[in-house]
Amino acid sequence: MDRFKTFTGVIAPLNRDNVDTDAIIPKQFLKSINRSGFGDNLFDEWRYLDHGEPGQDCSNRPLNLDFVLNQKRYMNSGILLTRSNFGCGSSREHAPWALDNYGFRVIIAESYADIFYNNCFKNGILPICLTEGIINSLFELTLAKPGYTLTVDLEAQIIADPLDTRIYFEIEKFRKDALLGGLDEIGQTLTHTDIIKKFEKKHRDANPWLFRSL
Amino acid sequence: MAGKTLYDKLWDSHLVREDTSGTSLIYIDRQLIHEVTSPQAFEGLRLEGRKSWRQSANVAVPDHNIPTKDRHLGITDPVSNVQVDTLSENCADFGIKEFSMSDPNQGIVHVIGPEQGLTLPGMTIVCGDSHTSTHGALGALAFGIGTSEVEHVLATQCLIQKKSKNMLISVNGKLNIGVTAKDMILYIIGQIGTAGGTGFSIEFSGEAIQNLSMESRMTICNMAIEAGARSGMIAVDQVTIDYIKGRPFSPTANEWEKAVSSWKNLKSDSDAIFDKVIQIDASSINSMVTWGTSPEMVTEVSGTIPISDNRNSSTIDAALDYMGLTSGTAIKDIHLDKIFIGSCTNSRIEDLRLAANILKGQQIADSIKLALVVPGSGPVKKQAEEEGLDKIFIDSGFEWREPGCSMCLAMNADYLEPGERCASTSNRNFEGRQGQGGRTHLVSPIMAAAAAIEGHFTNVSKYLDN
Ligand code: SF4
Repeated sequence: MDRFKTFTGVIAPLNRDNVDTDAIIPKQFLKSINRSGFGDNLFDEWRYLDHGEPGQDCSNRPLNLDFVLNQKRYMNSGILLTRSNFGCGSSREHAPWALDNYGFRVIIAESYADIFYNNCFKNGILPICLTEGIINSLFELTLAKPGYTLTVDLEAQIIADPLDTRIYFEIEKFRKDALLGGLDEIGQTLTHTDIIKKFEKKHRDANPWLFRSL
Repeated sequence: MAGKTLYDKLWDSHLVREDTSGTSLIYIDRQLIHEVTSPQAFEGLRLEGRKSWRQSANVAVPDHNIPTKDRHLGITDPVSNVQVDTLSENCADFGIKEFSMSDPNQGIVHVIGPEQGLTLPGMTIVCGDSHTSTHGALGALAFGIGTSEVEHVLATQCLIQKKSKNMLISVNGKLNIGVTAKDMILYIIGQIGTAGGTGFSIEFSGEAIQNLSMESRMTICNMAIEAGARSGMIAVDQVTIDYIKGRPFSPTANEWEKAVSSWKNLKSDSDAIFDKVIQIDASSINSMVTWGTSPEMVTEVSGTIPISDNRNSSTIDAALDYMGLTSGTAIKDIHLDKIFIGSCTNSRIEDLRLAANILKGQQIADSIKLALVVPGSGPVKKQAEEEGLDKIFIDSGFEWREPGCSMCLAMNADYLEPGERCASTSNRNFEGRQGQGGRTHLVSPIMAAAAAIEGHFTNVSKYLDN
């Protein structure tokens, strides 16, 4: 897992509820057996006017100039600001991979779908939850000030802007620790091998039918 | 002390260790694997030189990418082909059982698990797929995970989890005639919203749930994820036990009695406390049709498309714009181009029987460009053919295909063209889900069949046997 400590970036505002994983990365790109290379196809159906296919060179594709990421002031943004239930839909980890490959390291929303939220942390992306009121004012500031930038400090759990606005955010301790430490979770779990084996034996004795060979 | 919910019981019986940070290590009994969300997990294991912890806990099947026509010709899309081949190679390398594309028992991962007896009550079940919630219908704790977690389970047989909250949705009374489990779950999502279950495990109970067959219970739990909950579940009863008996991988002989007696405890205690309880009156549910780009944008077939309010006007306006619809239009006036009966929500034998019953002796409308039936698995297809359902579908104008995910997510050759409108028995009406620019209306198999006949949504009651 990638480590996350602080991040400074331009905000891109995506003013919608329920942005689903099919919108974040359409299914045809899920045919890839790799973990990277999804950034050019992030929000593909909103970003381009033509139909995208895996492996295509995206530099010559016609852009949908109305889509927020195609507006000059939001190019190279690193923080995505959106509404409620972001990342709903499928479990595809390709969604955080695409956001990460594009350059988003922080997402700010009212709420997230559970599986997506979890997947972000596995990939060094910090999804922050804020209230509707604060999100509204961030939308206003972002729209009013071209190049509006925030600095996110995970250790202190503070978001700061150049005008000295300070916003505190909540995050569960275990998630914070994992991001700050960039831990290898499988390696961590395997340090408990003896406990797992002990549990497994007890579980098998009580429920032998669960351990049938296939 | 208060009693335990079904979810509490399943959780407690799989708890390996608790951490001071508030997370737990949970033991996983079964992992289902498909071609789309697993290649990077196997690659991760290889890079670290790790093996699979317990091979027989895993079962794999290709379903998302595969063709539903002319399967003997193989997969023509080279990118899909690589992904399906990669699954077979990974299963061979890591010693995992695979139902390959040519296996007579191949099918959608969430259909074959219960069908083969690979899904059992009391299990923890995961899959790199959000509709894993389906398996909770058998009294299991089943939920979707990301690819990093697929790798974690392969390597350790465990997952790091935080316990979720408990929600009870009780559907009381009896369903009206012609109203199915699909209408019930769409109604529930319409009531609580697509984020209503976020952070919860939902248990479905009540008279109307208990009266459902196993297939219908799976339809309900399948779409718990569309209500925001990672897992949905239903207590074990005689319906569950009768369904499991005699399946290929179900417990046999002397283990059967022991298993059944332990499964009988898989229900919430009468004094269990839920964090949230929702009561629903079954008789207030009618045939449902979605009109927007989120499953919560749903109304009765006799209804009209609502007018947006302030809070969500941009979301509703964007949805109507995408769907090519306007507020105030009657649902029955929505005309369709394609019909899709299939997906892990509604592709089991009972679903096909319901649709065929409507289509018997009928013809689909000339305006329908394509109507597809895609059975959920090889055994479902075989059973339907033995009952002559394939003939009813074909005679009415439907195409009868090979099992797979097909037009539910359109990763194969079955998709909507831009602007085409489809009545679909699947679970997601997101933008582009069934093909870029495609417009999806989620409905029951009964409604899909009736709409195919008339070319638009309609009151299904006239097609029902008395
Ligand atoms: S049928 Fe649809 S929802 Fe079910 S597993 Fe396949 S793609 Fe996912």
